[in-house]
Amino acid sequence: MATEKTTIKIGTGDSLREVTIEHDALDPAPWGADAKLTWVGRDVPRVDGFAKASGAAKYSYDAYRPNMAFARVLRSPHAHARVKSVDVEDAKKLPGVLQVEILAGEHRELTYAGAPIAAVCADTEARLDDALAAIRVEYEVLPCVVDATDGLADASPRVDAKRPNASEPRGRPRGDADKAMASAPVKVSGEYRTSVQTHVALEPHGSVAEFDAEGNLTIWCSTQATGSVQNDMAQMLGIPGSKVRVLTEFMGGGFGCKFGPDLCDRTAVKMAKAVGRPVQCMNDRREEHLTGGNRPDSVQRLTLGATKEGDFLAITGEAYGTPGNGSGGSDAANTALYDIPNQKVTQRAVSTHTAIGRAFRAPGHPQGVFALESLVDELAFALGMDPLELRRRNDKHPLRTLEWPVGAQRIDWAKQRRKVPGSDKGPVKRGIGCAGGVWGNFGGGSWRIDLSVGRDGSVVVQSAVQDIGTGTKTVLAILVAEELGIAPSAVTVRIGDTRFPPGPGSGGSVTAVSVGPAAREAGLRAKEGVAAVAAKAWGCKPEEVSFEAGQVKGPGGKSAPFATACAGLPPEGLSVSGQRRGHYKEEFSGTNGGVQFAQVAVDVETGVVKVEKVVAVHDCGRVVDALTARNQVNGGVIQGISYALFEERRLDKAQGDMVNPTYDSYRICGMADCPEIDVVFLDGSNGKNNVGLMGLGEPATVPTAAAVANAVFNATGARVREIPMTPPRVLAALAAAKGGAK
Amino acid sequence: MSQDGRRKRESAHGGGITRRDLFRGAGAVAAAGAVLGPAAAAFAEEAGAGVKTQGPGPVALSLQVNGEARKVSCEPRETLLDVLRLPLDLTGPKRACDRGSCGACTVLLDGQPVNACMVLAVDAEGHKVTTVEGLAKGEGKAVVDAFVARDALQCGFCTPGMVTSCAAAVATHGVGLTIEQARAATAGNLCRCGTYPHVLQAALDAAKLAARKG
Repeated sequence: MATEKTTIKIGTGDSLREVTIEHDALDPAPWGADAKLTWVGRDVPRVDGFAKASGAAKYSYDAYRPNMAFARVLRSPHAHARVKSVDVEDAKKLPGVLQVEILAGEHRELTYAGAPIAAVCADTEARLDDALAAIRVEYEVLPCVVDATDGLADASPRVDAKRPNASEPRGRPRGDADKAMASAPVKVSGEYRTSVQTHVALEPHGSVAEFDAEGNLTIWCSTQATGSVQNDMAQMLGIPGSKVRVLTEFMGGGFGCKFGPDLCDRTAVKMAKAVGRPVQCMNDRREEHLTGGNRPDSVQRLTLGATKEGDFLAITGEAYGTPGNGSGGSDAANTALYDIPNQKVTQRAVSTHTAIGRAFRAPGHPQGVFALESLVDELAFALGMDPLELRRRNDKHPLRTLEWPVGAQRIDWAKQRRKVPGSDKGPVKRGIGCAGGVWGNFGGGSWRIDLSVGRDGSVVVQSAVQDIGTGTKTVLAILVAEELGIAPSAVTVRIGDTRFPPGPGSGGSVTAVSVGPAAREAGLRAKEGVAAVAAKAWGCKPEEVSFEAGQVKGPGGKSAPFATACAGLPPEGLSVSGQRRGHYKEEFSGTNGGVQFAQVAVDVETGVVKVEKVVAVHDCGRVVDALTARNQVNGGVIQGISYALFEERRLDKAQGDMVNPTYDSYRICGMADCPEIDVVFLDGSNGKNNVGLMGLGEPATVPTAAAVANAVFNATGARVREIPMTPPRVLAALAAAKGGAK
Repeated sequence: MSQDGRRKRESAHGGGITRRDLFRGAGAVAAAGAVLGPAAAAFAEEAGAGVKTQGPGPVALSLQVNGEARKVSCEPRETLLDVLRLPLDLTGPKRACDRGSCGACTVLLDGQPVNACMVLAVDAEGHKVTTVEGLAKGEGKAVVDAFVARDALQCGFCTPGMVTSCAAAVATHGVGLTIEQARAATAGNLCRCGTYPHVLQAALDAAKLAARKG
């Protein structure tokens, strides 16, 4: 590989460092933090905004195909049961019913409410409803356990007969935590609890599947990973992936729950094959709550030891949560934030008779940070220290150390913090709190972006990557436009189609990091191609040709609009591609930081918490589109508030069914709950790739719940150690604080 | 959830009861402790007043949608949302909860926002139905433009409902639309991505834009 060296500044603001990056010669020279860019970093409206806002955008749910039939799955209302019989004969006889399949026959053991029993396909949805209602199922109801704490007991009904529900405690000990804790001058302990949060994206899981006469499958699937769906469907059908086309131009939210195909997606395909018609199978809202994915809950008992000056010495404790009927993935990231020298926190996964947990925006982090950052606040109170000072003393993160003072200034920490918690007069008490977060700088792969330029100057970018709402199309358009000196709106971006070059799944905040650098490279290749044509026409060298404000410019004042310059291209136009090259070794920070400050008003008579303001200071290396980036951070904060105050999956312990599987009974943050949000970015370059960017989607939701809980303490003097902080929990904490409880 | 702007409607159907009215009645009655009794009685009383019975098979309907007369055939149990989406292919209004709790299916009925999943298609006869597609081409264009400029959307699935609620608020309050009014108008529209702050900005911008265009 031929390489080149480029010297740039990485970092942000005044914190810049000069580095020399050795990179693939095909890779565009990386932009430094001080690069002068035209479109990158500005407020650019998303290129598909009009399609979405005008109702023209077609989602998977909207892919109504001619002669389409409808399928749905009948699901168990019992968390633990054995099927005695499934009678589908009456259903089969009903008008319009095309296919009925039993998915869980006699003797089958069911281990969660929502487990599939049968799938039905009918020519209309109304007739599908009738058919589902006509299926008779007899269950032998078995004892269930749906609560993680109940599941710890050896005697709890087993989810898997071969093993106890609770896993062995696991951990990654560091140093000698027991010894350090024993000699720590100051210790604080707390038990923190978080609830199960369901993803409930507005568009449920589901697909429309259609086969052509040659057996090729086209599937409009609401997914975060077109490539995984293509592979899994091909495998299920025993056909090559080349015969499966996945289309996800628009998708209505995922947040981590829509990676591989779900049961409804598979059902659409199977039914389409069986009945020889296009078939739609979408989850309804109840199925989505019950089976569509959730963030595991947690119980975390932690002790933090420190010196009298506030230096963290050790953290110990234990945590557990339920991953549903799975066996892992429920760990709470409660030690990730600070570099505490001695650590011994164990984690256990407790299987329960509930649907399996799934990755949910920063898995493990909001719950872990809620516990850790609450505990840090408790330590500050015990030490009589300012909680922000305590954090700054212990926080060595290269970005958060820059972010704390910015946030403190924006929320007016010095003035707004109640020196004596709960000291406001009257029943509505205000206070502020803060918390930090961390997230890995992921992204990778050698993803390719195809780009074509027509002789009329039209620029088309293609990738199978999907946009889960973060603005991927717009990021690609901006990066290509920046290279070509044209407006992002002049770039046509086609994504969400597996006929285009494969794209990464959107999880781990990797999408922009993984495809952005490839788009920049594709843009550069196109620029070289058009420059060659212009140089030939003008009798100059290609490197003398520049691209700016929609014009192609040459020496001696020569200039032509981009489209005119492209007219010199050969009839076939220009087809180029760009690829993501490996990570550079040079980086400003190996992880994202992120700090948030919340101001709350707590009515101590009703226990109602209102978040009034949040200051969110984040970094993602280079901001590509400031407008969509702010929007994304707003969203992370709002989901965090929702998690802190409202969201809780409630299960009936006897039957194990969810008692609030609707948007009106499972509350999510609405317009009226939404505070003023002040988003600040540490813009610049993180190095690492030619754009200098990192991910953003997940870090933005990590600190919020902790910041709100700490603000509630500052407002009231009462520590609420369980989220959501519902009025009864707040009132109980107030009563405990009043009663002099520790 | 706010019921602001959701007005009570008379049925165009000779006094039939809407799903919405039925639930409203059921809710009130449940609070009084006698489930469904009076609501069912009201239903029977109205049905007894010489109203023709329809269904269960398909019935022919003539709907006024986005300024056009549209003829459809549907079962009386089908909602306005389902009829707009499937036979009419107006998929702007989304089905996300199908029980009036998220607002993603918001359409205008005689200019007033309603959850289309809570209106039976047969009850929409004789009323002007406007979907986001209709708004985008006409009176709601300023709102759509403001949503794009302010990036008042992410995944976009709640967006048509948000746009529709905002368009109704702009039409009602005009250039004087306040932030409180905009908030109240969209209080019934849930967004999982958290676009609310930008939606508020877009609504206020749209009120000014619409005034300018006169």
